[in-house]
Amino acid sequence: MRHIISLLMENEAGALSRVAGLFSARGYNIESLSVAPTEDPTLSRMTVVTIGSDEVVEQVTKQLNKLIEVVKIIDLNEGNHIERELMLVKVRAIGSDREEIKRLVEIFRGCIIDVTDKSYTIELTGTSSKLDAFLEAVERSAVLETVRTGASGIGRGEWILKV
Amino acid sequence: MSVELTGAEITIRCLQEEGVRCIFGYPGGAVLFIYDELFKQDKVRHILVRHEQAAVHAADGYARSSNNVGVALVTSGPGVTNAVTGIATAYMDSIPMVIISGQVPTSAIGLDAFQEVDTVGITRPCVKHNFLVKDITELAQTIKKAFYIASTGRPGPVLVDIPKDVSQQKTKFAYPDKITMRSYNPVTKGHSRQIKRAAELILSAKRPVIYAGGGVILSDAAPQLTELVQMLNFPCTNTLMGLGGYPATDKQSLGMLGMHGTYEANMAMQYCDVSVAVGARFDDRVIGNPKHFSNENRKIIHIDIDPSSISKRVKVDVPIVGDVLDVLKELIKLLKAEKGKPDQAALKEWWKQIELWRERDCLKYDRESKIIKPQMVIEKLFNITKGDAFITSDVGQHQMWAAQFYKFDKPRRWINSGGLGTMGFGMPAAMGVQLANPKGKVACITGEASIQMCIQELSTCKQYKLPLKIINLNNRYMGMVRQWQEFFHGNRYAESYMNALPDFVKLAESYGHVGMKIERPEDVEGALKEAFKLKDQLVFMDFITDQTENVFPMVPGGKGLSEMILV
Ligand SMILES: Cc1ncc(C[n+]2csc(CCOP(=O)(O)OP(=O)(O)O)c2C)c(N)n1
Repeated sequence: MRHIISLLMENEAGALSRVAGLFSARGYNIESLSVAPTEDPTLSRMTVVTIGSDEVVEQVTKQLNKLIEVVKIIDLNEGNHIERELMLVKVRAIGSDREEIKRLVEIFRGCIIDVTDKSYTIELTGTSSKLDAFLEAVERSAVLETVRTGASGIGRGEWILKV
Repeated sequence: MSVELTGAEITIRCLQEEGVRCIFGYPGGAVLFIYDELFKQDKVRHILVRHEQAAVHAADGYARSSNNVGVALVTSGPGVTNAVTGIATAYMDSIPMVIISGQVPTSAIGLDAFQEVDTVGITRPCVKHNFLVKDITELAQTIKKAFYIASTGRPGPVLVDIPKDVSQQKTKFAYPDKITMRSYNPVTKGHSRQIKRAAELILSAKRPVIYAGGGVILSDAAPQLTELVQMLNFPCTNTLMGLGGYPATDKQSLGMLGMHGTYEANMAMQYCDVSVAVGARFDDRVIGNPKHFSNENRKIIHIDIDPSSISKRVKVDVPIVGDVLDVLKELIKLLKAEKGKPDQAALKEWWKQIELWRERDCLKYDRESKIIKPQMVIEKLFNITKGDAFITSDVGQHQMWAAQFYKFDKPRRWINSGGLGTMGFGMPAAMGVQLANPKGKVACITGEASIQMCIQELSTCKQYKLPLKIINLNNRYMGMVRQWQEFFHGNRYAESYMNALPDFVKLAESYGHVGMKIERPEDVEGALKEAFKLKDQLVFMDFITDQTENVFPMVPGGKGLSEMILV
């Protein structure tokens, strides 16, 4: 199953490579990983999306917890949560395609943020599967370039990850 | 205003503050300032090894036999890469250790400078934690953290990389007496409700087994384990890392379990209804195939300080995360308070079954042999030292025979590389053991292949007058490799014959030690006695042993515990 793991860690040089190294050394799967400092600059927040059986994911969280720089960790799948990913996608847009792509962008609640006479650059946020769905809806050959941030997640309501 | 100290002075002061009396190392460009400070003081003794791998193994042996944090000091580049084997060895066995390494100056980092390697990167997967100190004002605190992390929770090696310019710069020195880290707070106390559940399960057991590992040794919980086992009259088996945690000469001891464990220990582990795992981790060399292990129905209580060890290879019914010592104390208290006792009739039946397994006499060997049997050498060693020696070993058949035939009654007496299986560990580790226990009898059981991996340390032993007794079980083969080739590779002994061996007697003598070659069974006892009489001398005993002897029982890879090959 796909799990979104959120961690707070000391914002120190090398902390990221410890996490990445752990995944490769133990053969765990990383679907995406995103990291940035929080409102407290001594802390970074990382979101790792991993796929594995419950046993494997339990090991992943336990092993991550063992890293000295990891302060706190939660598996967002253990409760209600919100997931968002940002994607920028450049598509070929000529002639009648231009209107169709615009409509598609509206349906997916995205926006066109850059335009040339041959292309659109579209900004889209949502769950990773929504972004996948958008890419499937656009004709394959029209997609010129995509860049995605990887998922970020946060608990719903009072569920808070904080030191 | 207080005086300012250089980074090198601070490093040494920190070691003094930590009560470190002995470190093992090898100098080089990046650590010259630190060596200079070592030179100017005499509180911290430095032992000069002949290869950095040995420095780390020696610090490791020092730590294992004394429960102090072992300390090694190496230079940048090749100093560090040589040390990596030692660090990984300590990491796999959870040994508290601090490694201080020199690094090229901060301004040169990343420029492929002379003797530069990414030390933090190279060692990351085999340390509990590591630090690169770029700012001298953080040096003292970092070293404090290193000792704290190394020795608390599940122990392990911690490396501190110090660039040369940092060792030269100056700052005010204050050694923090306490450290708190928001990201590192290992638990010690077990959850009381879980301990209660464990007590209930223990009292309901009909075919119990206590399975104790290295965690018992590391947390100094042997007396508590012994109390628990004896108050319950349960059988106890120890892992390779746990030998000495329960007295092996006691009748409730089933000996070691696992790949080369005893028949009775493995059968009891397989067919018990309640298994109490104490500071052990159900690893592949212990339970063999986890699927096969899970075929039998049993309840498992697992006490371990590391949550990630629990339910990693087998599902556990009652997990208890905590320091083995704390948890055992609580458990004993609870069991004493409880009125009930386990079903005594069932326990009696279970012991009867175990006695039947014991009668199989799985460790038998030909005692009448005209060629020296390695097992016999170890039995004699046990008798002559009255079971009271510190025994280190290398890796191979000799290691398994040592584990099977030397009956360890006390903890911290059996020092071996269980997790990584590092050939070359034995002699340097024994040096550390001897330095931590100057009055102790220290023997290194080795093979003619392993000993050659760190043979240069005979020189260190001479310099520091370390009277080790080296028991070389010389079968002219990488015996364990040969055994696998015999069993699983159609007797094709690819590259496992040890050709061109040195004359070990002359070799020992050339380093200024005593050498003995023993070729007949009837000479074994006399030689050992004579060697131990030479109290101040290192004696290298080259026992010419049976080339064809194999280690039994054996659970072949991928098989289950009850699928042993027996003699
Ligand atoms: C550094 C290292 N290299 C290779 C091995 C693989 N290995 C395990 S046992 C063994 C043979 C050891 O031979 P010896 O020291 O003579 O001991 P014996 O098995 O004959 O008692 C080898 C090569 C190892 N454990 N460590």
